[in-house]
Amino acid sequence: MKILVVDDEQDVKLLFQQRFRKEIRNKELHFAFAFSGEEALTYLGELNHEAVLILSDINMPGMSGLELLEQIKKNFLKPPPVVMMITAYGDKENYDTAMRLGADDFLTKPLEFGILKEKLKALL
Amino acid sequence: MLSPNTHWNKTLLWAMIGIAILFILERTLPITIVTNWIWHLLILGIGYLIFRLPQLERMRTIVVAVLPLIIINTIKDLLKIIYLPLYEQIDNYLDFAIVFSIAWMIAMLLRSNKQNRALKKERQKTLAEEERNKFISAQKEKLELIVEERTAEITKQKDELMHAFTELKNTQSQLIQSEKMASLGELTAGIAHEIQNPLNFVNNFSDVNTELIDELSEEVEKGNLDEVKTIAKDIKENEQKINHHGKRADAIVKGMLLHSRSSSGVKEPTDINKLCDEYLRLAYHGLRAKDKSFNATMKTDFDKSIGTINIIPQDIGRVVLNLLTNAFYEVSAFANSSKEDLANLASSEDQYKPTVSLSTKKTKNGITISVKDNGNGITEKVKEKIFQPFFTTKPTGQGTGLGLSMSYDIVTKGHNGKLKVESEQGKGTTFTISLPLEQKT
Repeated sequence: MKILVVDDEQDVKLLFQQRFRKEIRNKELHFAFAFSGEEALTYLGELNHEAVLILSDINMPGMSGLELLEQIKKNFLKPPPVVMMITAYGDKENYDTAMRLGADDFLTKPLEFGILKEKLKALL
Repeated sequence: MLSPNTHWNKTLLWAMIGIAILFILERTLPITIVTNWIWHLLILGIGYLIFRLPQLERMRTIVVAVLPLIIINTIKDLLKIIYLPLYEQIDNYLDFAIVFSIAWMIAMLLRSNKQNRALKKERQKTLAEEERNKFISAQKEKLELIVEERTAEITKQKDELMHAFTELKNTQSQLIQSEKMASLGELTAGIAHEIQNPLNFVNNFSDVNTELIDELSEEVEKGNLDEVKTIAKDIKENEQKINHHGKRADAIVKGMLLHSRSSSGVKEPTDINKLCDEYLRLAYHGLRAKDKSFNATMKTDFDKSIGTINIIPQDIGRVVLNLLTNAFYEVSAFANSSKEDLANLASSEDQYKPTVSLSTKKTKNGITISVKDNGNGITEKVKEKIFQPFFTTKPTGQGTGLGLSMSYDIVTKGHNGKLKVESEQGKGTTFTISLPLEQKT
């Protein structure tokens, strides 16, 4: 399963690679990384939305995670990718907006990698 | 002591009595020749006195007028006694001379009369002037009194003002402190968020390393040396990340302490782009923490050729933070006011996107830092007052009105720079800080 992680923090890449080292080695999961909403859209456009699961931070400079979510849900329909939103601000308004825009899940920082792993395994 | 007037009165009384006695004697006894001579001598004496006594100066013209007549009369009488035939011979001439001297007398008297009138006029003028001077000096005294009163009043007011001024100064420094604290409050939320991110990394990488160390022991047991090497490399890499993010959190806390402390006043070479980036994050997260519904697009355009410049980092940081906080406030206010207008627009492209741009640029003589928002813009009227202390457009209690005036002082007085504002109604506002490269110390 290909997963696109969108976050403006560069070290998220290394962290995910380390956290999911076993899954990556066993080729259960494939990770791609984008450091802004714009980059994520370019990636999805170029690779014909190969990713089936997108993990996106909400608070990013430039295009916010919510805007990205809206774009994905509008433009990439077949098959619709699963989009999980991650944010440090787990307030109701953010949650409601994400849900309204079609988010499949809503996670708050700091990420519980154990829980995330469970969720991903359930999707596999 | 007798006054001159009484002295003269007495003398004149005696003179009048003498004259009266002489007159009676002349009428009753046949001594005209004798009395005539007494008259002559008296008149001559009077004439002499008039010329001798300074207080009778004014009478001199009269004496001059009547003198020829007196002299001719005296000569006439003298001749009668000394040489009668000559007298009879020149009697006609003497009469002629008398007529002449009478004419002289009339002319002189007329002239003297005229002079007297002029004198009188002069005297009246002098009197009027004296009167006026008296009046003026009275007025002057009155005025001086008023001036004294006023001076006392003004001195009192000055003292009161000085007192008020001192109090204002104190209040101002208190307000500046509270403005610092207010911006610190805004920062705190931002800082909490900023620290959260590196802390997450520290915790996560540390967890990963714990796992990796377990794996490492397993691989050592198995004797899988290649795998051991790979894991060891990963552990080291993660360790570096832990260190990096630990330091990042440390720098943020230090930055916060710097901000809360009073300015060190020491200029040091500072990476402007890094400073701008730090404060942009702080400003954004500060506002986010206060108002969770707030969201804005942040655009940055940093000129990488800037390098470092000598500034007081916490002071310029405060200015950047203040400008950014204002910009975020502005776009969020504009977004709220235009939400209803734009609710009907279906396409997200047409929707208002609150945007704050932060850019740095190297110029010929220094650098500029620009903070641009796409809010409602400000009016000319507001623009004029925007850097004045205590001026605020925020609702009461939300702003001290000192942020921009402090910023202005920091840039202009503290760094010899310029702080300018440009605005277009409905389009947004741009604040530009210009700092010269060469900083006077």
